[in-house]
Amino acid sequence: MLQRLLTSREALLLGAIAVLLGLIALRFPGFVAPANLASVFNDTSPLILLAIGQMIVILTKCIDLSVAANLALTGMVVAMINVAAPGLPVVLIVVIAITLGTALGMVNGVLVWKLDIPPIVVTLGTMTIFRGIIFLISDGKWVNSHEMSAAFKAFPRAEILGLPMLSWCAILAVIVFTVVMSRTTLGRAAYAVGGNPHAATYTGINVGRTQFWAFTLSGALAGLTGYLWVSRYAVAYVDIAGGFELDVVAACVIGGISIAGGIGSVGGAVLGALFLGVIKNALPVVNISPFWQLAISGSAIIIAVALNARANREKGRIILKSAEHAT
Amino acid sequence: MSSNAVARSPALAGGTDNPVLALDRITKTFPGVKALDGVSLALYPGEVTALIGENGAGKSTVVKTLTGIYQPDGGDILVDGVATRFATPQDAARAGITAIHQETVLFDELSVAENIFLGHAPRGAFGLIDWQTIERRAAEILSGIGAEIDPRHKLRDLGIANKHLVAIARALSIDARVVIMDEPTAALSHKEIQELYELVDKLKAQGKAILFISHKFDEIFRIADRYTVFRDGQFISDGKIADVSEADLVKMMVGRDVAQIFPTRDNEMGREVLDVAGMSHPTEFADIGFTLKQGEILGFYGLVGAGRSEFMQALFGITKPSAGQVKIDGTAVEIRSPADAVANGIVYVPEDRGKQGAITALPIFQNVTLPSLGRTSRNGFLQLAEEFALAREYTRRLDLRAASLDTNVGNLSGGNQQKVVIAKWLATKPKVIILDEPTKGIDIGSKAAVHEFMAELAAEGLAVIMVSSEIPEILGMSDRVIVMREGRMAAELNREDLSPETLVRHAAGI
Amino acid sequence: MSTMERHIPDRLKSPLERRLKSWETLLLAVAVAIFIANSFASPYFLNAWNLSDATFNFTEKAMIAFAMALLIISGEIDLSVASIIALASTAMGAAAEAGAGTPGLILVGLATGVLCGAFNGVLVTRLGLPSIVVTIGTMSLFRGISYIVLGDQVYNNYPIDFAYFGQGYVFWVISFELVLFALLAVIYAVVLHKTNFGRAIYAIGNNPTGALFSGIRVARIKFILFMLTGLMAGIAAICLTSRLGSTRPSIGFGWELEVVTMVVLGGINILGGSGTIPGVVIAAFVMGLVTFGLGLLNVPGIVMSIVIGALLIGVIALPRLWAMWRAR
Repeated sequence: MLQRLLTSREALLLGAIAVLLGLIALRFPGFVAPANLASVFNDTSPLILLAIGQMIVILTKCIDLSVAANLALTGMVVAMINVAAPGLPVVLIVVIAITLGTALGMVNGVLVWKLDIPPIVVTLGTMTIFRGIIFLISDGKWVNSHEMSAAFKAFPRAEILGLPMLSWCAILAVIVFTVVMSRTTLGRAAYAVGGNPHAATYTGINVGRTQFWAFTLSGALAGLTGYLWVSRYAVAYVDIAGGFELDVVAACVIGGISIAGGIGSVGGAVLGALFLGVIKNALPVVNISPFWQLAISGSAIIIAVALNARANREKGRIILKSAEHAT
Repeated sequence: MSSNAVARSPALAGGTDNPVLALDRITKTFPGVKALDGVSLALYPGEVTALIGENGAGKSTVVKTLTGIYQPDGGDILVDGVATRFATPQDAARAGITAIHQETVLFDELSVAENIFLGHAPRGAFGLIDWQTIERRAAEILSGIGAEIDPRHKLRDLGIANKHLVAIARALSIDARVVIMDEPTAALSHKEIQELYELVDKLKAQGKAILFISHKFDEIFRIADRYTVFRDGQFISDGKIADVSEADLVKMMVGRDVAQIFPTRDNEMGREVLDVAGMSHPTEFADIGFTLKQGEILGFYGLVGAGRSEFMQALFGITKPSAGQVKIDGTAVEIRSPADAVANGIVYVPEDRGKQGAITALPIFQNVTLPSLGRTSRNGFLQLAEEFALAREYTRRLDLRAASLDTNVGNLSGGNQQKVVIAKWLATKPKVIILDEPTKGIDIGSKAAVHEFMAELAAEGLAVIMVSSEIPEILGMSDRVIVMREGRMAAELNREDLSPETLVRHAAGI
Repeated sequence: MSTMERHIPDRLKSPLERRLKSWETLLLAVAVAIFIANSFASPYFLNAWNLSDATFNFTEKAMIAFAMALLIISGEIDLSVASIIALASTAMGAAAEAGAGTPGLILVGLATGVLCGAFNGVLVTRLGLPSIVVTIGTMSLFRGISYIVLGDQVYNNYPIDFAYFGQGYVFWVISFELVLFALLAVIYAVVLHKTNFGRAIYAIGNNPTGALFSGIRVARIKFILFMLTGLMAGIAAICLTSRLGSTRPSIGFGWELEVVTMVVLGGINILGGSGTIPGVVIAAFVMGLVTFGLGLLNVPGIVMSIVIGALLIGVIALPRLWAMWRAR
């Protein structure tokens, strides 16, 4: 089981993160103190949540560029609901966020499944539309901290066993989706659809429907993250998490998820997100201007995709007997 | 000939036994083509029925209809005499129908075990997939068919024959009453074919009904109990295999007496144009070397997956060989891309016309002139008049049939698409032409025309390499034959040493 | 074998008939309709100077869109174009600080664009990486370098005559940018539709394997297209920097999406293989007119993005919905 969880690609990334932490620890031992690592994890949790959803979408040969806009729209809606009805229990807010995110994901899914529109076009379009809708419903105004109820803001910070709820949400998602991807029909269908859509059809797997569910799951996670984001930072406006979709795709690519579909794992997505999270949190510590972050994550994407491509290079048919299993 | 007059419902025809599965006057239409025109077919428990027909007779459409991939437009699928609808492949699987498809429809990135059980995986607690059971049962099924494959390996690490065994294992993982085998022996060696026959006998003994699709008559007479013949999407005849001869079946298949006639050629050969030495590739072929003269037709025979196409593609600059040397007219040349190959006078007519040969979404004339644009244009600017002139010249020479030269190639029949690909290459005035399975998927009438044309090209001094898996074609056309087995040259035979037996012996390694 | 000569006509449909039934004609009708609607909606619309101002809404983006169209037809994409603008503008700003004159600045801008494009091209064609991922990466990298260089600073020390490219007029209300746009439109239309190079692009986009097997140097052509796209981003950077007179790292942020939208709206298949330059030209006008018209009606920019997003999905969805409805 452990072996299946950590294929060599993930082990490599884990090693890279360990080396990174080691290098930082050489000069700033405080960075690897458990409390600080926990705070890095907590800070990276939204990215982990979104990266898991994005991974499922990418597995099915699609891409979801609307996740950050979905997050922002859902966040704004729940923030406005909270302002209008401060008494509404947080559980209900979470349910609303997940439901709305799911619905937005379904919009993407339906357009891809039923109208067969290329996913990049669909999600480019819905991305701008979702952002525009935020402006329409909020009239361009911010929802600020003092307008939100205390309970609304407290949820992601509430600590259980020393870890905030935000971290627990990410941990829960990792566990749930590890099971979903490895042991449910939908999870395995996602791999099959991305790996060989033609063969998937022969196997009785509906390619379009599987893609629809992938977008739906991605939307659900984006919705949940929308509430967590807005309540954690205690502010909602049109541009929150602007450009975050690229970080999410970056986390997936770094995590070894093949953009061509069919290859990837929850563990990879999580490690890819953590890699970016460690870098982001380490920059101020090691006294590098935060302006470096963009270029570093860009380079990480390029290096990661080049390494993955080397590992997955198409081998052609193996005909020579001596070559079988030798590679 | 009206189809309804010929077709009858086998389910009503009576017999010793009742069929487990039957097609009753099934019709399936695609835009522009009636793939199945009221065909009927019956499969009986414990018996092997051979489905016989030429390419385009509708065999694969029948397989896809029986397995729920296609839904018929008319007619009934009868399971135990009851009309049933298979909306999805799962419906068919639930009715106990399983198929070993012609193309290996498997997943390279998944494990062998998962490939066998995808879509019907055993579940454990909470309805979750039970990997332990899957791996155990996969191992059982694999050892049951004599395959030594670790179910935990990724499929991509297996060779072609082993992949095929996984496909067979997948079909057997469903507790099926009907097993469909679509050309199951195409990629197997002699020993593996014998094991497959034993497997078929075992399945028969278990009372399963088997639909066996094959082009090889020796195979059909070896294992089939009954036959059904289709032609052009229509039912022609069925009966017991014991009551017919091979000639009878061929006649039913083609609709007339056919003795395949190959053009007679006087082998006047010119100087040597091509000299290949020591060509090797890390995983696909090793140590290929030969020479070729003007006017010569060199046949490449072997089982499917023996590495012939892979070698040809390396010669054409698609893949990079790890070692070897190519000389054209005595000068060593460096071929790193197809553009280099074309510039040196080597052209390649691939087996996969739709993907590699033609650009089906572009019109005929643009396909023909694509590699010759340097000649038809002026300073890089297109000259449509000259393009049409060139396209007209070569399509006329190949006797192409099309509505107009700006028709998209995708709208043409397989034979005419092949003509466009050949025309494209002849327009470049090549020295060596490589034809990879040149008559695959082409009806018998057009086949003769292609053979005639090949002979003509050789007579004009072109050096021809012909890759073919059809023994009559190899025997009828080649001056010399190289047999390949598992990526290596197994034999080089002159015309006078050729016989079907020697070819098969070298190809199978017995 | 063939005793009877068979005659195959060159063409069946006349080119004119084909043109009338095309996407471009439909798009042109939309453009005219928007124009008429706008002129009724606002009294300020039909004013030569206002209309001239409106062209700045699309000229720079359209220049990139021409090269992007070729790239997308060949089956690739470049999402880093807006970041190339940022990097090229930063490089020009730095050169200006160092005292470079206008010709030097232009050289710096063009060279930065070409180098960025070549970098994308090498990664895609040499290493065989998917262009969408590569250019998402370089999108961060190129703009990231601008941020490293500039941080929260601004370059605005440009020579006075540098302002001509973004602010100058060739004749009356006809701006330099508009002339450049028209010139580039003609060049790209000729290259794509009248040359061997253009024919090869279509062949590659329709079937890269088939094109390779036909002796087309697929990798080389794709590499050239990436460089061309970088070059156009460099030209756009010169115009935009000149027009704004300053450089911040956020310059041109989000433009890649508007460029891709323009290309897709122009009828270029996002999956490659088909589309025309006239389509992109009309799409540029449509987007410019919509933005300008809504602007005159005081609709905020973010709401216009809803219209653009809906257009993007709508233009692809509507024909498919129509086909589905007819097939019922």
